[in-house]
Amino acid sequence: MTLDIQKIRADFPVLDQQVNGSPLIYFDNAATTQKPKSVIDALSHYYTSDNANIHRGIHALAERATTAFELTRTKIKEFINAPSSDQIILTAGTTGSINLVAQTFGRANFSKGDKILISNLEHHSNIVPWQMIAEEKGAIIKVIPVDERGVLDLEAFRNLLDASVKLVAVNHVSNAIGTINPIAEMIRLAHAHGAKVLIDGAQSVAHLDVDVQALDIDFFAFSAHKLFGPTGVGVLYGKRELLESMPPYQGGGEMIKEVSFEGTTYNELPYKFEAGTPNIADVIAFSAAIDYVNALSKEALFTQELALLAYATEQLSTIPGLRIIGTAPDKIAVISFVIDGIHPQDLGVLLDKFGIAIRTGHHCVQPLMKRFGLPGTCRASFAFYNTFEEIDLFVKALRRSINMLQ
Amino acid sequence: MAQSIQETQEELIEEFGLFDDWADKYEYLIDLGKKLPSLSEDLKTEENVIKGCQSRVWLHAKKQGDQIVFEADSEAVIVKGMISMLIRVLSHHTAEEIMKADLYFIDQIGMSQHLAQTRSNGLLSMVKQMKNYALAFSAK
Repeated sequence: MTLDIQKIRADFPVLDQQVNGSPLIYFDNAATTQKPKSVIDALSHYYTSDNANIHRGIHALAERATTAFELTRTKIKEFINAPSSDQIILTAGTTGSINLVAQTFGRANFSKGDKILISNLEHHSNIVPWQMIAEEKGAIIKVIPVDERGVLDLEAFRNLLDASVKLVAVNHVSNAIGTINPIAEMIRLAHAHGAKVLIDGAQSVAHLDVDVQALDIDFFAFSAHKLFGPTGVGVLYGKRELLESMPPYQGGGEMIKEVSFEGTTYNELPYKFEAGTPNIADVIAFSAAIDYVNALSKEALFTQELALLAYATEQLSTIPGLRIIGTAPDKIAVISFVIDGIHPQDLGVLLDKFGIAIRTGHHCVQPLMKRFGLPGTCRASFAFYNTFEEIDLFVKALRRSINMLQ
Repeated sequence: MAQSIQETQEELIEEFGLFDDWADKYEYLIDLGKKLPSLSEDLKTEENVIKGCQSRVWLHAKKQGDQIVFEADSEAVIVKGMISMLIRVLSHHTAEEIMKADLYFIDQIGMSQHLAQTRSNGLLSMVKQMKNYALAFSAK
C-alpha cells in the first residue's frame, strides 16, 4: 500500500498554517503528534450530542457515552493484542500508568534490598516513580548502561540480573535518540530470573507494531496523544494475575463494589484502578485515532517514517560540524543532533522563525544527556505526514541558522 | 547624568526600527550577545544561576554608590543578546528605578515571544531576578 501523503496531510488541520510567515513544518512528533480531523470531530460530537457520566446512569445519553467509552477500551485491546479488555486500565498518560504500577505493584512487592532495573535511556517519568517507591521500601535502583551509539549494553543487563531483581522498567524506544530496545530478548532474560517487566511504550506504540502477548510483556504503558489521539489519556496494560493481585491505587467512586464505614470491597478489573469520573470525551475521541491508523495500515506508515529517517540522516550528515547523537542500528524516526560551538536553544529559536518546530533541551532525560556529556540536543522527530520536501526546507533553514550563529 | 531607563528603551526601539526582517533583527541580537563580555568563571556559581532556563544563565549584581550594576552571561547567544539589552537598560540605575521600570521595549522591538512563560524560556525569570536584586539592595 502506498500512501498519498498530500491526502493524509489534509486530514490534519493543524498542519495547514503559516508560522512566522512560513508554512509550518512540524518535526516535534516525539513530544506530541497532531490529531486527524476525525479525532477533533469525535470530541466535538461527544460534547454536542452524548455528554453524560458513564457506567452509572440508566438514561439514553449515559448509555451512549458508556458504550463509546468501552468501545475505545476494546479497540486499544485489539491494537496491542491484549487478551482481554479488562486488562486495559485507562489513566491520564504514560506517567500516570507508570506511577500506578510503582504505587501498587511496587508497594506490594518491593522490600528492602530488592532491585529495580532501569536503563540509562529512560525518560524522567520512568525514573522518578521508581526512586520514590524505592526510597520508601528500601529497594535499590540499578541502571543498564548504554554505549556510544545509544544502544543498551545487554551483557551488562545480563550481569545485573539475579533473584533480587523484582522489576525491569525500560522504554521500548528512547524518546531522546530513537533507539529501539531489544525488548523481546530483555523480557525473556528478565523472566528467566523471575523478574517482571514494565515497558514504557510512549514512543513506540505509534511507530512500531506492539503485540503484548507475543512479547510476553507484564506491564505496557503508553499515551494516546503520541498516537494521534487527545492529551490526558493513557493506557496501562497488565497481565491479569498481576493486576488482580495488586492493591487498588486511588480511592473514590467507580473503583468500589460496596462501601460502608466498616470497610469497602473493591470493584473488578479494570475499574479497581479507575477511581472517579474518567476523561470520558478524550477516551472516546481516542477511538477515532486508532481507527485512523488502522485504516491506513501500520506497515505503510512505518515504512514512510523510516524513509524519512534515512533521508534526513543522509542530508544532515552533509552539514559541517553536525553530530548525530544516537546512532543505533535500530531506530525510529527521531534524530538528535548537536552542532559544534552552537547551543541547541539558539538553533531552536531561529528554526522557529522559519516556521519549523523541533525540540531543544534535555528532553527529560538528564541522565542520558550526562552520559553523552551534553547539556542538551536538537531533536527532529517525524511522523508519516511529514514529507521529504519538508526535510529539504529544514536542512536549508538549519544551514542558514548556523551561518547566522557562527 | 546617565540617560534614563526610558531613554535607553527608546534608543533600542529606534535601533531595531532600522531592520526590515526578522533575520536582520536576530543577526543584530546575536551580535549583541557575542559582544557582551563573558562573566568571569568565579561568578558562574550555582547561586548566580537563574532557574527555569533551557540554557544556563548567570546573573550577578553589585552596588556602586546608589546604583546597581548587573553582569550576566548565558550559554546561548540569543539569550545573551537579550541579556545584553536588559543590562543596557537597567544597569547603573537605582534600586527604585529598576523596580518600577516598565520594560515596554521588548514588545516594541518584536521580541515578546522571549518573555513567554514556557519552561524553556528564562527571560521572564531574568527580569524578575533583576528586580529581586533591586528589592534586596533597597532593603539593606
